Amino acid sequence: MYSETVMNRLLLAAVLSLGSMSAQATVAIFACEPEWGALAREIGGPDVEVYTATNAYQDPHRIEARPSLIARYRKADLLVCTGADLESGWLPALAQKGNNPRLRPGQPGYFEAAGEVEMLGVPEQVDRSMGDVHPWGNPHIQTDPRQLLPVAAGLGQRLMQIDPARAKNYQARHAAFASAWTRKIASWEERAAPLRGQRVISAHDSWAYLYAWLGLEQLAVLEAKPGVPPSTGQLLKIVETLQHQPAKMVLYAAYQSDRPARWIAARTGIPAVALPFTVGGAEGAEDLSGLYEVTLRLLLDAL
Amino acid sequence: MPYRTSTVACLALMLSTAGAQAAIAKNTFNPQLSLLVQGQYADYSSSAEADIPGFLLGPETELKPRGPAIGEAELAIEANIDDAWHGWTTIAFENEDGETRTAVEELYVNTLALPHGLQFKLGRFFSDIGYHNRQHSHAWDFIDAPLAYRAFLATTYADDGAQLRWVAPADLLIEIGFEALRGAAFPGGGENLDGFESTSAFAHLGGDLGTGGSWRAGVSWLGSDAAERQSGEDEDPGPAFTGTSDTLILDLVYKWSPHGNATERSFKFQAEFFRRSEDGMLSDDGQTSGYAGEQTGAYVQAVYGFRRGWRAGVRYGWLTTDNTVALPATPALTALANPNDDRPSRLSFMVDYSRSEFSRFRLQYNHDRSRPDETTDEQIFLQYIFSLGSHPAHVF
Repeated sequence: MYSETVMNRLLLAAVLSLGSMSAQATVAIFACEPEWGALAREIGGPDVEVYTATNAYQDPHRIEARPSLIARYRKADLLVCTGADLESGWLPALAQKGNNPRLRPGQPGYFEAAGEVEMLGVPEQVDRSMGDVHPWGNPHIQTDPRQLLPVAAGLGQRLMQIDPARAKNYQARHAAFASAWTRKIASWEERAAPLRGQRVISAHDSWAYLYAWLGLEQLAVLEAKPGVPPSTGQLLKIVETLQHQPAKMVLYAAYQSDRPARWIAARTGIPAVALPFTVGGAEGAEDLSGLYEVTLRLLLDAL
Repeated sequence: MPYRTSTVACLALMLSTAGAQAAIAKNTFNPQLSLLVQGQYADYSSSAEADIPGFLLGPETELKPRGPAIGEAELAIEANIDDAWHGWTTIAFENEDGETRTAVEELYVNTLALPHGLQFKLGRFFSDIGYHNRQHSHAWDFIDAPLAYRAFLATTYADDGAQLRWVAPADLLIEIGFEALRGAAFPGGGENLDGFESTSAFAHLGGDLGTGGSWRAGVSWLGSDAAERQSGEDEDPGPAFTGTSDTLILDLVYKWSPHGNATERSFKFQAEFFRRSEDGMLSDDGQTSGYAGEQTGAYVQAVYGFRRGWRAGVRYGWLTTDNTVALPATPALTALANPNDDRPSRLSFMVDYSRSEFSRFRLQYNHDRSRPDETTDEQIFLQYIFSLGSHPAHVF
């Protein structure tokens, strides 16, 4: 049958292309979020080819398993995602369509950043009426640069396991990253001293790790339930709270609607600040260092 | 060691091993269970027989009942069976003339670990032909299936058998699949099913277009052998068909949202074209005749998400026929060869609101010209859809 011949040829081509992936080929990385794409580039350098599935203007909870993602998933050798159910709305659909057993949980090609860190905000019980809660804790770990150290270490090890021929490269790049990053964290912490103890309001519970790092205090979250937009009544309640417990600013992520935050800002006079949230979310936040530089500058400017 | 490891790096490497083990222990989400509940209020200005001129309709193509009624409730169970197999089933509870009917809509297992981009599926499943066919009714953008789906595939083509699907290792989505099926479902069907009476093949191509746009185009073919395939209702059957039925489907989908973030605004365009050739015999009221059916159909729709939770949509579908009946000896056979409307059509408008992914309310109006009496049927629907439990993500 003609169609079978075509199929056989295509299969043969696929097998050949897999076979040619010798020590010379780069490791194809599928990064779910921009921060992990950037980190993979730091550790992998020219030995890896990184595809970042989402951008800073997309809600990482709500991504569609569109055709280009299925194609990239199919090609990848290593998946680097946050985990902790952040991608549970779309990664299973990609796995179902993408036919790539190398990226299945438990395989060396499946790497969850959240598995490398201590999680904050693990709920005691979970119910759908609570909105889109994360049963494994707050997954937005990248808002604290200190969390990148264990993730970078885990990722380095994983790359060494997948691509042992170039283990030394990954080890060296990880060591260089870790020492430079540690110095940067120290300098950011020094600059961030005025933020300690300041009260802020968040649009979504996105910055638990950032607040823990800088000693900021979250007075309220605009979303009464995660993922469900706040009603006017809820916003009025927050305005009322602000009258006897003032806060310095309202923070929202680049991908979120600015309306609730601006509504509060217009009624209370405190500034509404859009933080990049991840790599690419603001001008100057094009790489990992830039992400925290810009975040810090925006916070300090709003004081 | 050829280089000096910093203390931080060493410490971090040690910590990471403990963390990785904790992550694996957490993956215990097994199985996923959900119940989808639908209901509606429907009203029609026409009370003519809900047939389509020039078409022999398959089973379960009747319109929703007038007045308030719950639609089907769908119980979906999904789990990884072991490291090689994943299983999925949807059981539908339908209300039919005051009685509850249980139907196995889907019951299949698929492989998880085949190499080279292959996946094998076994059981009863919604065929991957076309674009709309793969979607369950709760995920439709309108309360009813496109007119062409009602006429050509009895709303959804689901059958028993096997599927082999391959995804190419490319930057663009290139997907090819084959299905070998029992042939029990319309446009196949009838008596004496003893092998693979239906086969299908499909190919999909897809990718991104700019920062916020994505597309998919497909071509599918379905070939069935029918033996005494019934049409119409059981109590008042129409002509029975014996012969071969070949259907070709072309589909195109384009989606856009600002930066690819569909939370506040989104746009979706979707169009499909059908062409069917049937060759064989018809029997009706004791009379038999040679039959050659040539039918085409298409629909075009667009849905715009204009603010968070709100969407509005418009859809237009039409059908044409060119059937030859050698001996039109009965009224039904005469009507099939010479339909009193050579271009049945339907225009639909809808608006829906979803507070979250788990609930939706919809208002829809159909300007329908597909009934046999050539009158316009004004159709109004108010629909609700609720999802209880953890329903798996929908595909593109």
